[in-house]
Amino acid sequence: MEFRYLPMTENDKQEMLQTIGIKSTDELFADIPNSVRFQGELHLKKPVSEYELKKELTQMANKNANLSEYSSFLGAGVYDHFIPSVVDHVISRSEFYTAYTPYQPEISQGELQAIFEFQTMISELTGMPVANSSMYDGGTSLAEAVNLSAAQTKRKKVLVSQAVHPESRAVIETYARGQNVEIVEIGLKDGLTDLNQLEQELDETIAGVVIQYPNFFGQIEPLQKVEELIKQQKKTMFIVSSNPLALGYLTPPGEFGADIVVGDTQVFGIPAQFGGPHCGYFATTEKLMRKVPGRLVGQTKDEEGVRGFVLTLQAREQHIRRDKATSNICSNQALNALASSVAMSSIGKHGLKKMATVNMHKARYTKASLKEANVEVIFESPFFNEFVVKLSDSVTKVNEKLFEKGIIGGYDLGRDYPEFEGHMLIAVTEIRTKEEIDSFVKELGDING
Amino acid sequence: MANQDFPLIFERSKEGRTSYSLPDLDVTEFNLESELEEVYIRKAPPELPEVSELDIMRHYTGLSNRNYGVDTGFYPLGSCTMKYNPKINEDVARLEGFSNIHPLQDPKTVQGAMEMLYDLQTSLKEITGMYEVSLQSAAGAQGEWTALMMIRAFHEANGDYHRTKVIVPDSAHGTNPASAAVAGFDAVTVKTNEKGLVDIDDLKSVVGNDTAALMLTNPNTLGLFETEILEMAEIVHGVGGKLYYDGANLNAIMGYTRPGDMGFDAVHLNLHKTFTGPHGGGGPGSGPVGVSKELEPFLPKPVITKIDNEFIFEYDRPQSIGRIKPYYGNFGINLRAYTYIRTMGAEGLKKVSEYAVLNANYMMRKLEKEYELPYTQHCKHEFVLSGSRQKKLGVRTLDIAKRLLDFEYHPPTIYFPLNVEEGLMVEPTETESKETLDGFIDAMLTIAEEVKENPEIVQEAPHNTIVKRMDETTAARKPILRYNK
Repeated sequence: MEFRYLPMTENDKQEMLQTIGIKSTDELFADIPNSVRFQGELHLKKPVSEYELKKELTQMANKNANLSEYSSFLGAGVYDHFIPSVVDHVISRSEFYTAYTPYQPEISQGELQAIFEFQTMISELTGMPVANSSMYDGGTSLAEAVNLSAAQTKRKKVLVSQAVHPESRAVIETYARGQNVEIVEIGLKDGLTDLNQLEQELDETIAGVVIQYPNFFGQIEPLQKVEELIKQQKKTMFIVSSNPLALGYLTPPGEFGADIVVGDTQVFGIPAQFGGPHCGYFATTEKLMRKVPGRLVGQTKDEEGVRGFVLTLQAREQHIRRDKATSNICSNQALNALASSVAMSSIGKHGLKKMATVNMHKARYTKASLKEANVEVIFESPFFNEFVVKLSDSVTKVNEKLFEKGIIGGYDLGRDYPEFEGHMLIAVTEIRTKEEIDSFVKELGDING
Repeated sequence: MANQDFPLIFERSKEGRTSYSLPDLDVTEFNLESELEEVYIRKAPPELPEVSELDIMRHYTGLSNRNYGVDTGFYPLGSCTMKYNPKINEDVARLEGFSNIHPLQDPKTVQGAMEMLYDLQTSLKEITGMYEVSLQSAAGAQGEWTALMMIRAFHEANGDYHRTKVIVPDSAHGTNPASAAVAGFDAVTVKTNEKGLVDIDDLKSVVGNDTAALMLTNPNTLGLFETEILEMAEIVHGVGGKLYYDGANLNAIMGYTRPGDMGFDAVHLNLHKTFTGPHGGGGPGSGPVGVSKELEPFLPKPVITKIDNEFIFEYDRPQSIGRIKPYYGNFGINLRAYTYIRTMGAEGLKKVSEYAVLNANYMMRKLEKEYELPYTQHCKHEFVLSGSRQKKLGVRTLDIAKRLLDFEYHPPTIYFPLNVEEGLMVEPTETESKETLDGFIDAMLTIAEEVKENPEIVQEAPHNTIVKRMDETTAARKPILRYNK
């Protein structure tokens, strides 16, 4: 087998061995004790040529039902939005994607400036003055926010609404356990966070309160009322997880006194790709600027007064502070942050609201049509692009039938909420056509009987 | 375009321009304003740029020209394994059947994706010699933390709540002690001896019945193989602790030895290093975790398994540490790593390590003539020089790094590991040719001469870059973290 990534020739090898003063490369490995030496050859599939491999992997890909072939009404944190062609053309520039973290600013101004622009866009969307360069995803970003609130307030209890994404809540649970932080869940009332329960649980022991806006059911939580409750406890932090596309229409959490706003920018230019990599964002106040996890890019000048950008406030980070760092995060999602920046630039200042409202109109049309088809819609609060229906059969069975009709149905809420057995969370984005929606409504209406 | 401000995308913005075309609204319009209390309707739009499609391409192409990647030139950044990123990986990751599938689809409709993940798990088990592998962790640091959380859960399941300490060598990556802290442990340091290896006597003095784990990179961050690994394993296991392998340096040993055979109980791998997932300017990465049979019940949820030729996500894992990430890890990066492993096979991966180590030793022997080499034995895939001789002449390692930029090279990792004075950590990788190595060696030797003859040219470097050295002090004292009109 030829290995096209290995340029070593036999002549080069001999010359190099001679320089080192050895006869064979085995001598370079002689310090590995025999007792731990691996004998024989690893049992891996035989290597194949580029052509064969492409064919093999294309066949593997074809075994998956993809969102271009099926019309999808599945969201629950990952959404099927249009990705402008410019996005992939930009992130395919290998000066970006084959670079490391920009530790040498003189030859990394491109990446550094792109991140600085990303930070600015996130700051604009969330209404927060500071945003970092990215986190792994919305879920881990939220978990870091929870731990930050505990560290900052020196308290060990955080309230999390059950209307927060169930997988994010599970991630919070694991991260909080690492820091011995207790999580208390706040229940639901009509698909919104139960504010009475929140008020009862809030006291001077609470480090933070976590609300999702719009929440997991698509409904828009009344952040103003939540803010009023939290304000009564001086130090308690207000943590909001937000779909950034919704913030094109909704008042940003920064205007309701949020201390930390997190979420995922997958909605901007990042394909679903089976759940990752997506791109977490983390935005906060100036007060917490020096406690932010992850990398921050700052503007400065070079010796000749030319504007430039550098990684900054690094004293927070693991490579400097080691066990005293504010987080252990090192690699982040820089390339996906770039993809989202390009998508946000493409959508633009006025386009964002338009895109958000098209999502809202289509979701409302779908909801109204389903009602007409006698599908029961529960919850009547204002919503963004997702809503909940109650079915007469199990969601799994209904989805299997929809799949036969070329439709990927919504999310089975019974997986996470026993009280919502037989309930489906339906997402409708700007790319679902009226035809697709009408067909979905008809099929779901028929199946539901 | 040299030596002048490059406009921000916001500075290119002009009212009324756009580069996005939404489909026409083909459904009834609803009266949205009447639904929602006014306070929840955004008043001022976010100040995103208003630019045409060409504006976008010119802007980002301009930015890419102001950036340096492996495809631009040699990138011997120690501990980062900046090898070539194969193009087929990128093509495969963009196949609709992989890029455009939803993580919450019925698993029956994504069997191809799950098969790939299962096969990758199987391959990584074989390469590391571990009992089971989870592909959930998004990056190396998250892998470290995940494994430490599992080790913590293991001890607690044994009623062992007093193991509060994780031992890390003084030469360890910063993520090691940071991950230990995030997992709720206290990090304790063990010293490096005069040979550049873990000091066994010091290790004996720091272990105890409060030891949860020892975190180790092998070869270590000096690029040296910890030859007494089995004795270290015995010491740590002897007190009931676990042995953790930081896989950042796996590129040195594939097919030669395996963490599982060295006595490690848990490992993480950096697929974006050893297995060619690109670094992306800082990420995304992927940091799978491999564990021993004893730790297997604690793996994060869900676990992918195969039952009767069907791939499934298993959630019923009562001892699991729980979820560490929504969905199933950075699938797109895992796919690239899988593509690479299928390209190389067992034979190819062993050659990777052979040549990575040969390249490093060749460079080390050429460079030790002019640069101090604190540890003189054969190295593995990387080596650490000290700029101590040059420092005596008034030139710091930072200056040498900046001077390399004038020769159009990315500098090595500098001032790391912390136990080498004025450290320069060089990792060539196996994908670089001898000509490239020779070119870099020449540049380093030329700089060593300059330090003696004409130190100012090094101290004042870089001279040829689009910007000069940045004022990092002001950046940190008066942070400007976003654009303001």
